[in-house]
Amino acid sequence: MITLFIDNQKVAVKEGTTLLKASEKLGIEIPTLCYHEGLPPYGACRLCVVEIIGEKKNRMVAACSFLVDEGMKVLTISDRVLKRRRMIVEFLLARCPDIKAIRDLADKMGIKKPRFKTKNLDCILCGLCVRVCNEVAGIGAIGFVNRGKKLKVDTPFHLASDVCIGCGACSFVCPTGAIEMELDAVKRFRELLGIEHKCRYSLMGLVSYKVCSNNYECWRCKVDQRIRDSLATHPIFAAKKIKTEKVNQYFSFLKKIQE
Amino acid sequence: MEVEELKVKKRIKKYNNEKKALISILQDIQEEYNYLPPEALKIVSKSLDIPLIDIFGVATFYRTFSLKPRGKHLITVCLGTACHVRGGPKILEEFKRKLNIKAGETTKDMRFTLETVACLGCCAIGPVVVVDGNYHSQTSIGTVDSILKKYRKK
Repeated sequence: MITLFIDNQKVAVKEGTTLLKASEKLGIEIPTLCYHEGLPPYGACRLCVVEIIGEKKNRMVAACSFLVDEGMKVLTISDRVLKRRRMIVEFLLARCPDIKAIRDLADKMGIKKPRFKTKNLDCILCGLCVRVCNEVAGIGAIGFVNRGKKLKVDTPFHLASDVCIGCGACSFVCPTGAIEMELDAVKRFRELLGIEHKCRYSLMGLVSYKVCSNNYECWRCKVDQRIRDSLATHPIFAAKKIKTEKVNQYFSFLKKIQE
Repeated sequence: MEVEELKVKKRIKKYNNEKKALISILQDIQEEYNYLPPEALKIVSKSLDIPLIDIFGVATFYRTFSLKPRGKHLITVCLGTACHVRGGPKILEEFKRKLNIKAGETTKDMRFTLETVACLGCCAIGPVVVVDGNYHSQTSIGTVDSILKKYRKK
C-alpha cells in the first residue's frame, strides 16, 4: 500500500493506482473527457491536470495516467490547476461551441465566451472511439487521419468500412456525441457486405444464434436495450475485456430471455 | 496502372513481413507506382496483419506519401525562409503558369506534379527546385523553362 496526500487528505491505495482513481477514493472529483474505465488511460484531453508539490518545483501532470508514489502531495484545485483547466476548456469551447458536455464544463468554470475564433466542430479528438474500436473490440475500423490542423477521425479512404461490426461502441464512449449510431446500421451493413454479415451481438461473441428474428432491424431489438440496462455499460466492454462476472451475469440473463 | 498483388507481396517479403517495416514498404510501393494505390494498401494490410486504417493513418500523416496518382516527374519547389527571401514564391508562380496547375496538382498528361516544401536543408544554394531527386540550385524565373524542357523529353 502507498500513502499519499490529495488536497491535504491522507489516502492509502495499491501500488500502480492512478491519481484519478486515488482521488475517486476520497470523493474528489476531477473532470475528464478522454478517460473511460474500460480503457487504459490515454492523457489526451489534459483536463484532469493536477499539481504535484515537489521539493524544488511543482509539477503539472495528467491525473488519469499518472501513478501514485509514496508520500506524494497532490493539489487538485490549486490556482494553477484551475487556470490551466480553464484554458483547456476555453480552447475546447472555441472548437465546439455547441456541444453540451463542453458547455457544461465552461459554465462550471465561468467561461461565457471563448476569446478565440470559434469553429463549429463536434469532435474534440480525444481518441476514445479509436481506442475502443482498436483495443477493446479489436477491429480497427476507424482511426486518426491526416495530421495537425486537418487531423480527424475517419475510416480508410472516407468510405464505409468493411471491417466495422456495427457494435456502436464508438458512439457509446464519445463524450461529445460526435459519432451517432444509425438506426439501421446493421441492415445497411448487410446490404453493403452481403447477407452473411451477422448481428452485432454475434460478432461481439455475445449471442450464439445466427438468424435474427427482427430482420436485422436493430431498433426493434429487445436484446439491445436489455443488454445495456443489465450491464450498465456498452456490451463490448463485457464481451471483450471484463470476461468475468459481468459476462457470466450476462449469460444467465440471456438464458432467461431466451427461454 | 493496375496493381499486381504478387509485385506488392514481393516487396513486403523483402522486409520479412515485419510490421515495423511499414514505412519502408510504403516507400517501396510509392517508388513503383508513384503513389499509394488503395489496392496495394489493402494487400499490405492483409499481409502485415495491420488494420487498414492504421496504414491509411500513416499514409496521410507523412507528406512523402501521396494517395492521388502523381505525374512521371515530381517537381518540388522549396519555400523555406532562405529560398523564400531569394524568390522561391516567384519560381513557384512561374511553374504554376507554365504547367497551368496549382501546387499539389498534376498536369493532365500525367507528366508533372508540382509540390512545395518548407526547407530542404540546403539554403546556401537556394532557391532550390528538386525534380525527381535532382537538385537544381540558384534557380530563377529564367531557368524554369530549361528545367521543364529537360524533363519534357524524358
